Amino acid sequence: MKEQDQERKKIISVKNLSKIYDMGAVKVHALRDIGMDIHEGEFTAIMGHSGSGKSTLLNIFGCLDVPTEGKYYLDGADVSHLNKNQLARMRNRKIGFVFQTYNLLPRTSALENVELPLLYNPEIRRKERKEKAMNTLELVGLTDWSEHFPNQLSGGQQQRVAIARALVNDPVIMLADEPTGNLDTRTSFEVMEIFQELNRKGITIALVTHEADISKFATRNILFRDGRIIKEIMVERVKNAREELNKLPPEDEDI
Amino acid sequence: MKLLNLFVIALRSLNKNKIRSLLTMLGIIIGVASVIAMLAIGQGSRDSIENQISGLGSNVIMVFPGATFRGGVATAAGSAQSLEMDDLEAIRANCPSVKYISPVARSGGQIIAGSYNWNSSIRGVYNEYFDIRNIEVESGSRFSEMDEKRASKVCIIGQTVAENLFDEYTDPVGQRIRINKIPFTVIGLLKEKGQGGMGEDQDDIIYAPFSTVQRRMRGARQNIQQIYISAVSEEKIEPASEEIDDLLRTRKNISKYEDPPFNIRTQTEIVEMFTSTSNTMMVLLAGIASISLIVGGIGIMNIMLVSVTERTREIGLRMAVGARGKDILRQFLLEAVLLSLLGGLIGAAFGILSSKLFVVIMGWPVTVSSFSVIMAFSFAFVVGVFFGWYPASKAARLIPMDALRYE
Repeated sequence: MKEQDQERKKIISVKNLSKIYDMGAVKVHALRDIGMDIHEGEFTAIMGHSGSGKSTLLNIFGCLDVPTEGKYYLDGADVSHLNKNQLARMRNRKIGFVFQTYNLLPRTSALENVELPLLYNPEIRRKERKEKAMNTLELVGLTDWSEHFPNQLSGGQQQRVAIARALVNDPVIMLADEPTGNLDTRTSFEVMEIFQELNRKGITIALVTHEADISKFATRNILFRDGRIIKEIMVERVKNAREELNKLPPEDEDI
Repeated sequence: MKLLNLFVIALRSLNKNKIRSLLTMLGIIIGVASVIAMLAIGQGSRDSIENQISGLGSNVIMVFPGATFRGGVATAAGSAQSLEMDDLEAIRANCPSVKYISPVARSGGQIIAGSYNWNSSIRGVYNEYFDIRNIEVESGSRFSEMDEKRASKVCIIGQTVAENLFDEYTDPVGQRIRINKIPFTVIGLLKEKGQGGMGEDQDDIIYAPFSTVQRRMRGARQNIQQIYISAVSEEKIEPASEEIDDLLRTRKNISKYEDPPFNIRTQTEIVEMFTSTSNTMMVLLAGIASISLIVGGIGIMNIMLVSVTERTREIGLRMAVGARGKDILRQFLLEAVLLSLLGGLIGAAFGILSSKLFVVIMGWPVTVSSFSVIMAFSFAFVVGVFFGWYPASKAARLIPMDALRYE
């Protein structure tokens, strides 16, 4: 496994990473001296209770935040000290975000929601943008729903639109913050099935969750507590989301 | 982000809140409409005054004798006997900016033609007077040099006089009439001129050679009641007026610092005199109207602030997928500017429409100038940028993480 790691490209690499929130009177140590790598093709689940620092780490991974100390290399480039505009560019070209609350634009069609990241990339022309968005929607199985507004879609479908949006810019890594937090078990599994499928196609995924059964769909689990990594597990028996779905008691077609 | 994309996004977001957008625009609509309407009314009244005054003639300068004091009692302006024929000839000879010059002798009286009679005013003028005042003769002829020299008893009559003295089957030209019992031959009929600037009937008039009126009707007095002069061009009105002033002061031995016993009025002055009040009104009205534009701008700012708060998560998301602060600023600024421009457009349409309505319903003279439309429109644009800036920069300064978590 070690040898293999060295061959594979490091998508994310952090060294001695700390994040301190200065709240005036108190200093909150959200992350303490973190060091870890994520390699290309990995499906990492970052686990921990709320306040453990897992979301802070994801935000730093996603260039939404910068570390107080330490180094962060994204796709080989040091991004620990970039300014706001450079960070925005990084997010636009290298990162795909999936949120717990989907964060789709209301009264905006699924297709247009997916197009959104490409709008902020001046190199991509209108025609290419439409094509890419349509292709990614197809990838998550929502071709027929492209013209629907988010409020006309089920929770699972909305999250799939969000996943398509995260993929449309061909990111080096897809970051998901509690992507199943708002979904029931069945839909959660459906979403995880998509993640697994994407991972099988070679997409690197890091997701934050506090649900143990969700983390078992990932290939690698990292446990967080009080801003520190306390455990790292390579999952030996990765659960297959499709199989798990089949095990669930039959339900009415709800899509 | 490309401008076209921004434009589409802004337009779409306005479209999503149609009623709100419309209500927000209302302030700008009313502001722009009223600015345009007020300016149109002001410009209209100004134009109509100018029109009427231009009826005076082309590049006209008038010289009147001043008032005199007899034992400390002022007499009416124009009663001084300070202008004489020599003065007139001197002006003609020495002022290069003067084109035409004519004295005016005023009289009036009963006019009899056959069994009809009419009372009208009679003006004694040179033939040049018709050129100064752009008076055209419809039929017959103007005065000849001989008429002036001999003080011929000939006259040219206006349409109203003709209608009252002759029946419709009679050609007035060549007819004989009696003015204050003096027999005259009608040699010309004036073209209809209509109502003058003060509502007077400009066709109720009789013109006769100056010498005729001066000698035969005014008792051979030598002073001139009024001199009409026309400058060679519009630009030469002022120089001509100065030349005349200098000349008359020299002739009458009056220094620069004394009040002269004559008054010189140019057409430009008269126009200014009449339009200054309407200008004041216009500025006042447009000022009040532009206040509503500013109030409209505050309305836009208000709604944009609400919109920024409401769409905090959207802003957070846009930032998360790569929007820079600059992109967000532009998006919201463009929205505000679109609101104000759209409001300006609708307002301009309403303003022009209501201006036309003033013409139809009130019969007011109204002129919509493209200047006022452009001005009101660009003012609306400036208002949009000015009041849109604060909410937009507020949106641009949001921190993406916090914005994403905003409930």
